Amino acid sequence: MRKGPSWFNVTSLALGLAFLYLPIAILVLYSFNASRLVTVWGGWSTRWYVELWHDEAMLESALVTLRIGLLSAAAATVLGTLAALALVRFGRFRGRLLFGGMIYAPLVMPEVITGLSLLLLFVAIDIDRGFWTITIAHTTLTMCFVAVIVQARLADFDRSLEEAAMDLGCPPIKTFFSITLPLIAPAIAAGFVLAFTLSLDDLILASFTTGPGATTLPIRIYSEIRLGVKPEINAVCTILIAVVAIGLVTASLTAKLSGGRGRSAPIGAQL
Amino acid sequence: MTNDATNDVTRSREVKKPLAGAWLQRLAVLVPYLWLTAFFLLPFAIVFKLSLSETAIAQPPYVPVFDLSAGLEGLKAFFAALSFRSYGVIASDWLYAASYLRSLEVATFATALLLLIGFPIAYGMARAPRGLQPFLFMAIVLPFWTAFLIRIYAWINILQRDGLLNQALLALGIVDTPPAWLATNSAVYIGLVYSYLPFMVLPIYATLEKMDERLLEAAADLGCPPWKAFWLVTLPVSLKGVIAGALLCFIPMVGEFVIPDLLGGSENVMIGQTLWTEFFGDRDWPVASAIAVVLLCLLVVPMMIYQHMQSRAIERGR
Repeated sequence: MRKGPSWFNVTSLALGLAFLYLPIAILVLYSFNASRLVTVWGGWSTRWYVELWHDEAMLESALVTLRIGLLSAAAATVLGTLAALALVRFGRFRGRLLFGGMIYAPLVMPEVITGLSLLLLFVAIDIDRGFWTITIAHTTLTMCFVAVIVQARLADFDRSLEEAAMDLGCPPIKTFFSITLPLIAPAIAAGFVLAFTLSLDDLILASFTTGPGATTLPIRIYSEIRLGVKPEINAVCTILIAVVAIGLVTASLTAKLSGGRGRSAPIGAQL
Repeated sequence: MTNDATNDVTRSREVKKPLAGAWLQRLAVLVPYLWLTAFFLLPFAIVFKLSLSETAIAQPPYVPVFDLSAGLEGLKAFFAALSFRSYGVIASDWLYAASYLRSLEVATFATALLLLIGFPIAYGMARAPRGLQPFLFMAIVLPFWTAFLIRIYAWINILQRDGLLNQALLALGIVDTPPAWLATNSAVYIGLVYSYLPFMVLPIYATLEKMDERLLEAAADLGCPPWKAFWLVTLPVSLKGVIAGALLCFIPMVGEFVIPDLLGGSENVMIGQTLWTEFFGDRDWPVASAIAVVLLCLLVVPMMIYQHMQSRAIERGR
């Protein structure tokens, strides 16, 4: 018999959620403010979105950010999935401890350290910094998140399906593609979305590894908000939040629909 | 290593069967392995080396660049040119030590705050009706995935002098003159707690959710008062989640840059900011590298504990 939540449980949950969502709600609300003064409410308006649409520099940054996000998320998904397979399935191979270390360390490593070290590498091998160096940096960080998510899924699914297929004479590679991959697909999709949103949002790695011509959205937003709050920035942020939220909800719904079993861990549970 | 049809079935069930051919497996390990070695491990070696270099007014602004083609002579020259100047700079200037201490202090205090705020939320989630839990989970995860920078920016909106917080305080008559929130310690703590809250809530929730409620019933049946049952049963059960959450928050917070930079004041800088200024402002790459190396040394123990817990979790999962 379960005891229901007490008033204390309900209050702490409600306060916690309010604390998490109120600032975002206010930001979204004020992006529709007609007044240029960010603290005075001047009625509803979409003028900041219109102004944004004519801001060439901002649009260009958005495009660069989107391209980096998609490319690095795709690469991170492949690398991270392979890494998860290696960690969960391939038993003890030489250097497994180091491998595990390299997967988990980036998750908690302060980004200023990762960013600095990657930049020094790029300087040492003397390649042009910009689009590609940011993409590599993002791939390196986000593949670890993908690996953790996929690994959790791999660790808790029923292996007898694979064994049955192989006992019936299905070759291992075919078993992987027709049994294993479909089973872990929701986790892989979730990993892709997380990698994409992390890349969309990253300021520090991008600032260290950027070069001429590759100003991502966070770098631009950061340089603007150091000077104070601006209604246009409220609008950019609202659009970003909308994009990420839609992506996340879609990803979790697909994961839920195709996940089937009740206790398939929700996305992000493994962090 | 392919599946042998003549193998007796029971044995082949015990043996962990490989998913793919041996060479394919090796390839699957090798690709991410090499990637991480090249872009995660190797860069640290370069940071370490650079921290032992002299600053130079050049592009890139440091010497020596290790010259492989020079052979043994080059190696000798390389060692001769090593310099501990950067570490000397860090050790001799009180500013750096203060910055490290301040970062540790802020991260420790913020972790304690996060525990106090995060535990009741996780507890509430775990006690909520089963059907509601996935939605609550999503509600906690969602802001963690929506743009870190934007969430800090949202607080600037609220905390500025004529912002909503002060408007509310004035309207309610709590204060007469609007206090300054931005560029204060409280703003930094608000930002840290706000950004890292999901990292604290989720691991604690994961352990509490698995807890067997009958333990509490047994305690109650034996006459244990609720607060004591909480102390003797709930807390020990959730300890693993508490430690994981605390480490997930503490480690990155020590090196945090964006939050203290945007919400904090110009005095009391944290070490992430010092590194940033040293690198982008003063363009002293060797000192910036030395700061990173010392920071890494400070964090290596908590990181290893975190690592250990994570790998044990995988072992259990298998």
